[in-house]
Amino acid sequence: MRRLLDAASPAPALASMAAVTLFAVLFLHAESQEAVIGITVVAVIALLLLARFGWNRLAAASFAGHSRSGQASVLIGVLVIVAVFHDQHFPLLMLASVLLYIVVCLGLNLQFGYAGVVNFAGAAFYGVGCYTAAVLTSHTALPHLAVVLIGGLMAAVIGSLLILPVLRTYGHYAALVTIAFGILFRVFLEVNDALGGPQGMKVQGMEILGWKLNEGLQFGDLEFSFYANYVLVALVMAAVAFMLVRRLERSWIGLNLDAVRLDETASAAFGIDVARWKITAFTLGNFLTGLAGAVYAMMTGFVAPNSFTFGDSLILVSIVILGGIGNPWGLTVAAAIVLMLPEKLQFIQEYRLLLYAGLVILILLFRPGGLMPRQVRNYLPGWKP
Amino acid sequence: MTLGLLGQYLFNGLMLGMIYAMVAVGFTLFFGVLDVIKFSHGDVLMVGAFTGLATYLGLQSMGVDSAAVQLLVMTLVATLSMALLGALIAKYLVLPLRLAPPLNTLLITLMLGTVLRESVRLFYPQGSNPKPFPRLLPADSLSFGSFTLRADSVILLLAGLAAIVAVHLVINRTKLGLAIRAVAQDGETARIMGINFEFIVLLTFAIGSGMAALGGLMNGLYYNEINFGIGLLLGVIGFSAAVVGGLGNIYGAILGGFLFSGLQSLGAVALPALFPGTSTAYKDVFAFAVVIIFMAWRPTGLIAEKKSERV
Repeated sequence: MRRLLDAASPAPALASMAAVTLFAVLFLHAESQEAVIGITVVAVIALLLLARFGWNRLAAASFAGHSRSGQASVLIGVLVIVAVFHDQHFPLLMLASVLLYIVVCLGLNLQFGYAGVVNFAGAAFYGVGCYTAAVLTSHTALPHLAVVLIGGLMAAVIGSLLILPVLRTYGHYAALVTIAFGILFRVFLEVNDALGGPQGMKVQGMEILGWKLNEGLQFGDLEFSFYANYVLVALVMAAVAFMLVRRLERSWIGLNLDAVRLDETASAAFGIDVARWKITAFTLGNFLTGLAGAVYAMMTGFVAPNSFTFGDSLILVSIVILGGIGNPWGLTVAAAIVLMLPEKLQFIQEYRLLLYAGLVILILLFRPGGLMPRQVRNYLPGWKP
Repeated sequence: MTLGLLGQYLFNGLMLGMIYAMVAVGFTLFFGVLDVIKFSHGDVLMVGAFTGLATYLGLQSMGVDSAAVQLLVMTLVATLSMALLGALIAKYLVLPLRLAPPLNTLLITLMLGTVLRESVRLFYPQGSNPKPFPRLLPADSLSFGSFTLRADSVILLLAGLAAIVAVHLVINRTKLGLAIRAVAQDGETARIMGINFEFIVLLTFAIGSGMAALGGLMNGLYYNEINFGIGLLLGVIGFSAAVVGGLGNIYGAILGGFLFSGLQSLGAVALPALFPGTSTAYKDVFAFAVVIIFMAWRPTGLIAEKKSERV
């Protein structure tokens, strides 16, 4: 027993993931508002109590020591949720959206979590991916995997138009460039008739090598909602993006990005090519955002300018800050909270922007590191002080 | 394109430019004293306009009918309450984050702007619909051919000009202005010289926010309509104008304001003329695109900020 509760054992990490999965299932399953609130309150209290007894630190250490089994347990958790809700559209749609948002936020995290390049046009780049998918699926017969890829590339290319002003400016001025772009993009979509104007466009469902994702799978008597397919695709994307970002962070590239963010002058003096790393982070981040956008458009079957407002960009930024800037695990948790809570608690829905904005203000004032602050870089794996 | 229509565009551009300049002056003042961007500025403007409207409705129900009295009370209430709001924002949100990365200040005020916007939308009676704003200024007009000059527009233009000139005089001619400029130049030295740093910062935020409230009232009186969303666009435009002119420079802000409205008017006139079939609605796309290109050319604006980094 003692061995099992040791940081060296994977048990605490696996037990935590099992608990999180159980919570997610109960939460998604709850029908009445009271049940949702009850479950959430119980979970928060349990979390606080566990933190009091040092469980969280134990689980975190266990995760760090067994990252492979830890990550596998997360994937299994998602699959368990899919299995439980296999024939219900709504929970699966939400799950897929959360996974896609995680991809977007990982991109944003690369940009301003690591390289310190601000981007207040996240929703616009997401929109670029969505509209690329809409145009390409309705006017061409390109294979849909290529469409998704082109969606990402388009976001990266359009982002690269902003690179010059973003690189030449710093701080507030760079923030303005992306804010202006976000608003420009939205207005452009609204007045452009070729892209459907304010009404938006229809998008075809995804089809990968003959596998039509808009048709639910069927195994004998077991029918799956077609959203289960999208959850699988989004899960693969999120997992790959997550691994990519984690690897980048731990590599020499991540070290360079951190240096650029913390002190441009000093890193330039040490021979780090500041412009190169800023471009890398900005482009890669937008690429991820565009990929997720293309899949999202094909999943919902419809895109309209109203989904890409400045407020949506702010929600994306809020997710990254709430989770803890620079911590991919943090933004994963924050994305789930920010997207799921208002969907399940209908009375919050109307107030969600107000709520998030207020929450971010409190976080910035009292806990600038976010809910799960980024840990100090561990230069020597396995080294214990 | 008749001459009259051109005159109409020109006058409309001047009016918009004045409102933009008033917003931009606020941005530039805040940046001057604290090197921060208070992004909730546009939303403070919107709240100012709504405060004015609420005051008007209150006066109506109390039976005050004189337009002049209504206008005066509205202006006073809106300006003073927004000045107070600005000072509160500075005290509780901006000053505590002085030592944090500058981006955090931008973020916190951005989020505050969202809070203000959403609060008006949710809690003002039917706040999500556009609200009619009363016509309180004389509606006489002079016609020059197809160009009509409305008296209320002229009054608004002059009022805006007076407000900007007043702020300019306060900053350049009074002892208080000297203190503001001292804090802007070097906060630490200003403190050593016995200037009450916090008081000056709060006061600057109050002045800037009061200007925003005036801008909001002008906007309402000019268009006779306000809605909860005007703050966001006006804030971004004001910020762009201040940046294009050069942050921290009051002349730059005024220049930037008129430049931006000029770009919008140019976009509205020239785009359909050059590319038949394009709608005038592209004017904002055009104006923002020019701003982005401009930023690549002159990263710190027309009147460049003097920047040298101490290592």
